[in-house]
Amino acid sequence: MVGVHRAEQAAFLLCRAAAWGALAALALVVMVVFLEGAQVLSVGFLTRMWSHRDISQGGILPAIVGTLFLGIGVTLVSIPLGVGSAIYLQEYGKGHFARAVTLAIRNLAGVPSIVYGIFGLAFFVQLLRLGTTIAAAALTLGCMTLPWIIAAGQEALKTVPDSFREASYALGATRWQTVRGAVLPNAFGGMLTGSILGISRAMGETAPILMVGATFYMDYLPASPFDKFMALPYHLFILATQHASPLAKSYAMGTAMVLILLVFALNTGMFLLRAKLRRMKTW
Amino acid sequence: MVKLSVQGLDFWYNGKQVLHGVSLEIMPRRITALIGPSGCGKSTLLRCMNRMNDLIPIAHMSGRVLYEGRDIYAKDTDVPALRRRVGMVFQKPNPFPMSVFDNVAYGLRLQGTPNPDHLGKRVQESLEKADLWDEVKDRLQLSAFRLSGGQQQRLCIARALAVEPDVLLLDEPCSSLDPIATARIEELLARLKRTHTLVIVTHNMQQAKRVSDETCYLLDGRVVEFGPTARLFTHPTERLTREYIRGDFG
Repeated sequence: MVGVHRAEQAAFLLCRAAAWGALAALALVVMVVFLEGAQVLSVGFLTRMWSHRDISQGGILPAIVGTLFLGIGVTLVSIPLGVGSAIYLQEYGKGHFARAVTLAIRNLAGVPSIVYGIFGLAFFVQLLRLGTTIAAAALTLGCMTLPWIIAAGQEALKTVPDSFREASYALGATRWQTVRGAVLPNAFGGMLTGSILGISRAMGETAPILMVGATFYMDYLPASPFDKFMALPYHLFILATQHASPLAKSYAMGTAMVLILLVFALNTGMFLLRAKLRRMKTW
Repeated sequence: MVKLSVQGLDFWYNGKQVLHGVSLEIMPRRITALIGPSGCGKSTLLRCMNRMNDLIPIAHMSGRVLYEGRDIYAKDTDVPALRRRVGMVFQKPNPFPMSVFDNVAYGLRLQGTPNPDHLGKRVQESLEKADLWDEVKDRLQLSAFRLSGGQQQRLCIARALAVEPDVLLLDEPCSSLDPIATARIEELLARLKRTHTLVIVTHNMQQAKRVSDETCYLLDGRVVEFGPTARLFTHPTERLTREYIRGDFG
């Protein structure tokens, strides 16, 4: 009995230590970035155009706007395709074809982002002649996000009990009526969570936009999908590794901080939306 | 006229044969009970009567099932329309995660958007027929999940009745309910018999005896005996039936 008790306590302590360790690692990252980044944070930093010569005179507005546009672009590309594919594979697709596609998508989810980058460069930038534009980058990041959104969508659909589907069919519903009326409303929250997590990860990606050609210096804001663009992760990468100014490191940290806050705001917004949707239901 | 006629039905599930040449006739405005030990194929047989087995990709069958003389497995069958005529209530109450009202309205809304007054009336009628109206009339917007198990099952019956079926298939509708909730459902079935044809699967012989007019005893996917309930339980012609109703096994 004493042995059992001790094992019980040891397991509990180990798990608790792991949880605290994970939290500490996260806190350390945020602390380092925020302590140094806060020094450069100002209204001007957030609202001014980038000034290449004297970086203390400029801000990162074009990079913030570029990253937001990318987020919108990725959403437009990957949510309709991803949600549609997930519904097809989980609710309609049967047999070998659907299983093969599902397996392929699971594998694509593990492909390194730089590979999507070179694909985007070859396909969207060069073959389709989109050039180094927001459209090309959004399509590239959209392709990368697609497998995550499909996988999350399939998992969300799987959590809907078959008894809901059966009840719907037994009332004379067609397949699409069943999907729309009995399945999707109960998978929506999970699909939303998966999608937003995928999109916020895409917004922080550097490798693909490095390949499809984000710009480091722009003194205007992009006005159409076929404009060039700056983006926060790429800006941060250049500042941290390529820029000669002694202030560059602090500015890199400041940029990182803005990126973290942006992604954090997006995720918080998603959780609030989910909570609201849940409250709208009557249980 | 025979309501449902099953003729020489064989059914395989994943390569294993679970029904062997089943034939039986369901008469209108009666309650027919399908009894037999677990795994004898009674639920499978029930689900063949409104093609719910279509949803299982690894199943196949041969033989015929006629509804009012028409083969429901014919190529040109409108399956959703069939299921509106031949409805189903499941073993575990399975309300949708919606309000009481929306649950009952679900099947009606599938057929287009009726005007709200008409919809409200139909929902009320269905809940009254299912003997649930008095308990929920003040809280139609309450989540169906907040009802008790017996209320949930009556809600599922109301939901099935709302699309005005002719036949109602019930797959062990009381197996998860306590005796009082069971008694209420049984009273309800006796009342519904006046307007509907009912087929009930049950593993509870006493229930079959109490509620049904005809009983079909299935064993290992074969019909052992089929006849009027009163006769089958008092003077079974088959030795196997006698053993089962005496409680020698099952």
